[in-house]
Amino acid sequence: MLAILKYRAGNQTSVRRALDSLGIANTITADPDELAAAQGVIFPGVGAAGTAMEDLVGGGLDSVLKSLIWQEKPLLGICVGCQILLDYSEENDTKALAVIPGECRLFNPAWTEDEAGKTPIKVPHMGWNSVSLVQDCELFAGIDPRSEFYFVHSYYPAPAEQYVIGQTTYGRPFCSVHGRRGLWAVQFHPEKSGRPGLQLLANFAAYCREVANAQ
Amino acid sequence: MLSKRIIPCLDVRDGKLTKGVKFKGNVDIGDPVESARHYYEQGADEIVFYDITASSEGRGIFLDVVEKVASQIFIPFSVGGGINTLEDMRAVLLAGAEKVSVNSGAVKNPDVISQGAAAFGAQCVVLGMDVKRVPKSEAIPSGFEVVIHGGRKPTGLDAVDWARTGEALGAGEICLNSIDADGTKEGYDLELTRTIVQSVRIPVIASGGAGNPQHMAEAFTKAGASAALIASIVHYGEYTISGVKEHIAAQGVKMRMVW
Repeated sequence: MLAILKYRAGNQTSVRRALDSLGIANTITADPDELAAAQGVIFPGVGAAGTAMEDLVGGGLDSVLKSLIWQEKPLLGICVGCQILLDYSEENDTKALAVIPGECRLFNPAWTEDEAGKTPIKVPHMGWNSVSLVQDCELFAGIDPRSEFYFVHSYYPAPAEQYVIGQTTYGRPFCSVHGRRGLWAVQFHPEKSGRPGLQLLANFAAYCREVANAQ
Repeated sequence: MLSKRIIPCLDVRDGKLTKGVKFKGNVDIGDPVESARHYYEQGADEIVFYDITASSEGRGIFLDVVEKVASQIFIPFSVGGGINTLEDMRAVLLAGAEKVSVNSGAVKNPDVISQGAAAFGAQCVVLGMDVKRVPKSEAIPSGFEVVIHGGRKPTGLDAVDWARTGEALGAGEICLNSIDADGTKEGYDLELTRTIVQSVRIPVIASGGAGNPQHMAEAFTKAGASAALIASIVHYGEYTISGVKEHIAAQGVKMRMVW
């Protein structure tokens, strides 16, 4: 059983639909006991980092999430969920969860798409883009490296270098996958990224099962 | 680098496609869910559903379609047609659509754009614009006028002004349909597309007139569109999404392929 963290800034239903289609048992919950009992936790997020943090703190979920991470519960952050695992976000000048060292920055609209430097990037970064891994990551097992994923965001994660797992280029390369084994964060939406995205979710579920069975 | 997007558009009335979609073997599919699933598997980057139902009963059936699509298709899809209020937006987003497109409703009540952006985020709100060429005048200096009700009713709005207003109100994207080019299969109105692309900073989807993959390639390379909307050229089995993408990619345009 996977738990999808329930809070106001989450797009829980689209994650649930994707897990359902894969036959992965899941529940949307904010209950600390249910979260602790789950094999792994998915931490989605949409909207602004400031609002997302307010919602988490307001519901006491920031400390619940942190203690799950200390207990080495496998966790997957998605989009804003990925961003607020860092120390800080420029969006709304937000002090975030500080689980992974680093911060989240606004795309610079002066960056250009082409080498000639003529076309400024559009912000938000919205659409399909590729991910190149700089570290091996079992979330990407069985996924063709040419695959693309669906992104919608104006701020990008900039974690400490040793936590950078994958990069995407939009004007410049930025970190689109970060974390460490068992604590992963993806800036794109795997639940909206077609077959490769579903494969990533299935890989996360398989990892969670493995960890649970080993205990 | 971001890929340019290919977006098939499906017209739905009372829960069924208005024109059946023909796939391999000329099987005519009238079910929007099944058709969307087929395009998803072929590599569509998004799908647009346009509801042309008039009755409120048909509206309910349409929301069921949206929910079914959301449970089977794991790419973004948007919904347009008859969206006039924040409540209309909320209903389709709750049913599982990623984005919602406002057109005539936004001309009549522009606040619906800002309300939608504030409530759901700018990335959810697509401003649909139907545009017709008219003689340049003081009122319409660009020579492109916004029309509503399927192109039948002029609004007196200059398309450039309206696009900028929509962006300022919080639209995350513009779906730009040329009434003149629509149905001709002679290519998108590249001048119109380029004009709007250069007037706003949000992505522009070119719509109306696609007859072959080359037309789409030109919308990207010559007019700077971020995405191209297509309908009949894939619905009647003339081209496949993957075939279209291969043709465009061969010209150096980044396309997402299904691996």
